[in-house]
Amino acid sequence: MIALEKRPQPARGWVIGAPLLAVVLTMIAGGIMFAALGKDPVGAIRIIFWDPLFSEQFSGYSRPQLLVKAGPLILIAIGLSLGFRAGIWNIGAEGQYIVGAICGAAFGLAFWPSTHPLIFPGMVLAGLLGGVLWAMIPALLRVYARTNEILVSLLLVYVAEAMLASAATGWLRNPDGAGFPGSRNLARHAGTDNPELIAGTGMHWGVLAAFVAVIAAYVIMTRHVLGYQIRLAGQAPRAARFGGVNAGRLVILCMGVSGALAGMAGLFEVSGPAGRISIDFNVGYGFTAIIVAFLGRLNPIGILLAGLLLALTFIGGELAQLMLGIPAPAIQAFQGMLLFFLLALDVLANYRVKLKRRVAA
Amino acid sequence: MIVDPVTLMVALITVATPVLLAAIGELVVEKAGVLNLGVEGMMIMGAVCGFVVAHHSGSAALGFAAGMAGGAALAMLFAILTQLLMANQVASGLALTLFGLGLAALIGVGYGGLPLPTVYRPFPEALRDIPVAGPIVFSHSVLVYVALMLVAAVWVVLTRTRIGLVLRAVGENHDAAHALGYKVVRIRIAAILFGGACAGLGGAFLSVVRVQNWLEGMTAGAGWIALALVVFASWKPWRVLLGAWLFGGIAALQLRLQAAEVGVPVALLDASPYLITIIVLVIISSDRSRAALSAPAMLGRIFHTSG
Repeated sequence: MIALEKRPQPARGWVIGAPLLAVVLTMIAGGIMFAALGKDPVGAIRIIFWDPLFSEQFSGYSRPQLLVKAGPLILIAIGLSLGFRAGIWNIGAEGQYIVGAICGAAFGLAFWPSTHPLIFPGMVLAGLLGGVLWAMIPALLRVYARTNEILVSLLLVYVAEAMLASAATGWLRNPDGAGFPGSRNLARHAGTDNPELIAGTGMHWGVLAAFVAVIAAYVIMTRHVLGYQIRLAGQAPRAARFGGVNAGRLVILCMGVSGALAGMAGLFEVSGPAGRISIDFNVGYGFTAIIVAFLGRLNPIGILLAGLLLALTFIGGELAQLMLGIPAPAIQAFQGMLLFFLLALDVLANYRVKLKRRVAA
Repeated sequence: MIVDPVTLMVALITVATPVLLAAIGELVVEKAGVLNLGVEGMMIMGAVCGFVVAHHSGSAALGFAAGMAGGAALAMLFAILTQLLMANQVASGLALTLFGLGLAALIGVGYGGLPLPTVYRPFPEALRDIPVAGPIVFSHSVLVYVALMLVAAVWVVLTRTRIGLVLRAVGENHDAAHALGYKVVRIRIAAILFGGACAGLGGAFLSVVRVQNWLEGMTAGAGWIALALVVFASWKPWRVLLGAWLFGGIAALQLRLQAAEVGVPVALLDASPYLITIIVLVIISSDRSRAALSAPAMLGRIFHTSG
């Protein structure tokens, strides 16, 4: 019979190998899913993972999209990974992303039609603060009222969506928009726009911020005492308490940072790729970022790679929808599958598989 | 009067039922020491499977059975991950929700707006016509009464039977339960499947009875509210019923206030069920003595024997 023996430490090889194997298994399982939909499985996988980068026909449009979509995913996932490592589960990044976008856009629109160079930095700051504000609700409730932050942060996503609907149809609606929902276009107005910094690359301020966040997170996790405290609190909460780690402060800090990054990601999106506040400008990056964080092993470099991969599935998914008529939700199921396989394969990193004869207990 | 109390009561019970079914299932799962955050995913799978099967077969009962099967199938994935492969329960639950939302949307493509069979109502017309009590007590579809009986059954089993005692032992101290010879993993898998079937049934009720349509993402956080209700109820079945009715009352009331245009912003009314759930959670959890004492001690912990 098969038995599992706990390893004293996670196996090094499998920590890196598991995500790679998970991607391969997801491609196989995804292929089966596409075949069940009556589509050519090999062709579908090629369109999702290969054509956006290498086909002559599509890569001109798709390659810049890679950074456009990876930017917010990486930015949000980096913030989430700090908390996840410390056992602090902020799963409402989608809400913080929406509130950040609303606050940042509101700041920019308040000074309309000014094109002062300080307006965009102000919008970024307002977006950041909006995200922090939204994340502070579950953080403070966890610290001072012992309320489960998983449930509160998630429920607040629905509250944020209600706020977004009221902003898009009411107080942020374009006054010259003939009554249609949606705000003025921020991306097409100098002063409030988040432009492509290097033409043809998709690189905008948000992507740059994501790269800076990756480097900062790497330094904090490996070189700073805060990184040590985060890891200690996650792996041995009791030891952390005796070691003088202030658990409440850590919760507020981790939630605050993840809220700040999610809020900024929202602002960069709404002033760049999305262009304006609309009822459904958010496409679920806050939830997909959870997959990115886990697939990247909560490690900054891993998250960078995982963010690019999931961005590829978004772009490839759109392409597959266009070319093969694969329904959009198939990609969401595909991304969920990836997380399943990863979690399943983690057993190989943490346990040694042994074959042994069953003995009478 | 802008809101009629009798129709409000009827709507309250209808709105509360999907959440009640999901929450009572999750209560059993958590009593066994497992935290399954995938309730939202299991509910939406139940909603889509229930709708599709009810539409094709013309039988609501078959739809409900399919909803239960869909929820339980997704729960089986969670059981394999967390019980056999020792995966983190929080992450696995989230994966279940993300995957369930995607898969359900995929299955449901093209089903929105298709016709459904009518649902059986157990009480005769004469009883339903009694003023006040008729609509409130006798007018509902059969699943509403099933949900109430399920709450009673879960209460009896958990507190009055040997099975319930074993289940609670597994949730309070899995090592001791294992030492006594109980199959911890098997008991937990059974509890997880029960929870999945309940969540699926709740989802099927939502699509087949309450909304009578399939819409992508139609559960709209009901699964998460069910999870909050379990905490609110301090893991006690009757309090889950109370919590579900409280939630149902607010959700039904806010819809009526929106229709009556009373001057409260629509966004605030839309958000009110979630906001009030949060407020109630805060009140319950800040009571130090109660919250700490009633949570199953092994909730979310991984069980592994080296022996």
